[in-house]
Amino acid sequence: MSASVFSPPHLPPPFVNTVPPPTLISQGAEALLYRTHFLQSTHPCALKYRPSKPYRHPTLDARLTKHRILSEARTMVRMRKEGLKVPGVLGVDCEPAHGDNARKGGGGWMMMEWVEGQTAKDLLVAVKETRKSCGREEVLREQVRNLMHRIGTILCKMHEIGVIHGDLTTSNLMIRHGAQQPHGITDGHAEGHGRANNTSGIETEPILREALVNGEVVLIDFGLATSSIQDEDKAVDLYVLERAFGSTHPEAEDEFNEVLKAYGESSRGARVVLKRLEDVRLRGRKKSMIG
Amino acid sequence: MIALGLEGSANKLGVGLILHPPKGGPAQILANIRHTFISPPGEGFLPKDTAKHHRAWVVRLVKQAMKEANVSVDDVNCICYTKGPGMGAPLQSVAVAARMLSLLWGKELVGVNHCVGHIEMGREITGAQNPVVLYVSGGNTQVIAYASQRYRIFGEALDIAVGNCLDRFARTLNISNDPAPGYNIEQMAKKGKNLLDLPYAVKGMDCSFSGILATVDSLAAKLEQDTTGCRDETTGEIITHEDLCFSLQETVFAMLVEITERAMAHVGSSQVLIVGGVGCNERLQEMMGMMASARGGSVFATDERFCIDNGIMIAHAGLLAYRTGFTTSLEESTCTQRFRTDEVLVKWRD
Repeated sequence: MSASVFSPPHLPPPFVNTVPPPTLISQGAEALLYRTHFLQSTHPCALKYRPSKPYRHPTLDARLTKHRILSEARTMVRMRKEGLKVPGVLGVDCEPAHGDNARKGGGGWMMMEWVEGQTAKDLLVAVKETRKSCGREEVLREQVRNLMHRIGTILCKMHEIGVIHGDLTTSNLMIRHGAQQPHGITDGHAEGHGRANNTSGIETEPILREALVNGEVVLIDFGLATSSIQDEDKAVDLYVLERAFGSTHPEAEDEFNEVLKAYGESSRGARVVLKRLEDVRLRGRKKSMIG
Repeated sequence: MIALGLEGSANKLGVGLILHPPKGGPAQILANIRHTFISPPGEGFLPKDTAKHHRAWVVRLVKQAMKEANVSVDDVNCICYTKGPGMGAPLQSVAVAARMLSLLWGKELVGVNHCVGHIEMGREITGAQNPVVLYVSGGNTQVIAYASQRYRIFGEALDIAVGNCLDRFARTLNISNDPAPGYNIEQMAKKGKNLLDLPYAVKGMDCSFSGILATVDSLAAKLEQDTTGCRDETTGEIITHEDLCFSLQETVFAMLVEITERAMAHVGSSQVLIVGGVGCNERLQEMMGMMASARGGSVFATDERFCIDNGIMIAHAGLLAYRTGFTTSLEESTCTQRFRTDEVLVKWRD
C-alpha cells in the first residue's frame, strides 16, 4: 500500500530542449498528452507520449508500444485520406530503445495537429450541470440528440472504411469549436483537450448550444485501432461505446440511442451491424437471461 | 448488530460472523472460517461434487463459527447467504442451509450478491474510500467503479475469467489444486524468466483470455512432444513449464493492470482496490502498485482470508443491506447463477 505524489515522466530527447516546454494537458491510461508547437512557436500541436510502463515486462512493453504507435499513426493517416475528421499526423518515433531514448526510460511518441475544443465527456458533464439550473431541459436534450446524431454518422463512416477504433469512449471524441465560436484562449493556453466549464448554467448555455449543434466531431486516440470489415468487430466497437456511455453518463442514456439510430441510417451495411450488436449485448458474462 | 454469512458459490464453503458496533466504527470479525473442496490434479471441481462437499460441511462449520465467536443464537440478527453469481448446485445447497437456519432460529434472511460482498469487505478492511475495483477470481473478471448507488461495471472479461484461465492451465500442466491452482502457478512463475509471445487481447476496457489459454496450452503440448527441448528464439535457453507460467502471468496481469488504469483515467480516480481470489497474487499486486504509484495513487489489497471467497464478506455486505431495511423473504430466497454486480441497489452509500 504505497502512496506517492504524481510526477510526470521525463520527455524523450527532442522535446527536452523545446522552449517553452510542452505543457501536460491530460494523463490518459497509456499516454500523456502535451500541448507544444511544431516548427514555429505559433503553430500549436499535440504530442502524445507513451512512456514505457514499469509494471510490464520490458519485451512485452516494447512490443506493445511499437505496435500501438505505428498502428495508431497508420490508421490516422488512412482516415484522413478518406476524408474523415482526425488530427493530422506530424511525426512519430516508435523505437523505444534506441539512442538517447533508451537512457530516458524508453517509450515512443507521436506528434499531431492540435484540436481546439473539448471532449464529448466534458461537454456532456457540462450539460448535466446546466440541465439542473437552466430549466430548459427538453431543449438541451434535443441539442444533445443532435450531437449524438453526428457522432453516429461519423462512426458509421469510420466503420465503412474498415477502421475499428477499439476504445470508443466519450473521452475519445473531441468536439471542435465552431469557427464563430469565441473560444476561451486568453494567454495562449487553450481550454481545449481540457476540463469542463464550471460556470453557472445560464451563462454557459449559449456556449454549450454552439458546441452541441455546430461543433465538429473529431475522433482521437487510435491506440487500440484495428482494421476490419467484419460486422462482429464493428458491433463490439459500438458495444464498447455503449457501455462506456452508460457508465459515464447514465443520465443521458436515452439520448445515446440517437447514435445508433444515425449509425443505422448512414449506410446499407449498418443495419446488419446493429443486429449483431443485439447479440453482442447478450454475450457479456453473468447477464440475466430475461429478454 | 451481528450477522451470520454463508458463502458457497464455488468450491469454498465459508461461514463468517460479523459485528457492526451500534455506535459506528469499524466492523469486528467474530469468526471467519472456510473449508475448500480440492479436486485431484488435472481436474476441475464439478458442481455435483462441490455441492455434496458443501452439504457435508455446512452444519459443522456453522457450529464451529458460533463457538469461535462465542455468541448465542439470540445475538444473531440476520442470516446472510450468497444469492449469486456462481455455480448452481453449490449455491443451492448453501441457500437450503440458510433457509433451514432462518426457520430454525426465527431470523430474517438476506440474499447477497457475491461480487458486492467482495467489494464491501475489501473497502472495510483496507479503508479505501472510493476506489476503482478490480475483481478477479475463477469466475469473475470485472473493473468496477461506484456511481449513484450502483457498482458499475466498466470493463470485464468477454469470455472466460482470468482465474479460470490460470486454473485450466494448471490442469494442463497437472499442477496440484492444493491449496489453489493459481497459487501453485504463481510459485512456478517466480522461477520462470523467458517471456514467450502470447496474444494480448484488450478491447477497450474489456479483455479476453480464451485465446491466450489456447495458445499457452498448445505451447505446453509442444514441450511435451519435443523431448530434445524447445529453445527460446532470443536467448537460446530451453523453455520450461516455469517459463510458460511466467509468460502467462506477465501477459494476463499486464492486461488487467492496463484495463484498470484505463478505468482509473476514465473516472479520474487514483485509488485501486483488488479483490477476488486472483487478487492474492503478489505479482499482480506488485504490478498494480507500480501502475498506481506512477499515477500518484495507491493500491489496496487484502490477504487470502478476505481475497478468497469467504463467509465474512457475505455477512458484512448482508448486514449493510439489512441495516437499510433490506430482507429477503423465504419465498424469494432463491439463488441465481447470473447476478450482475450492477443489479444491486447500493442503498448504504451516498
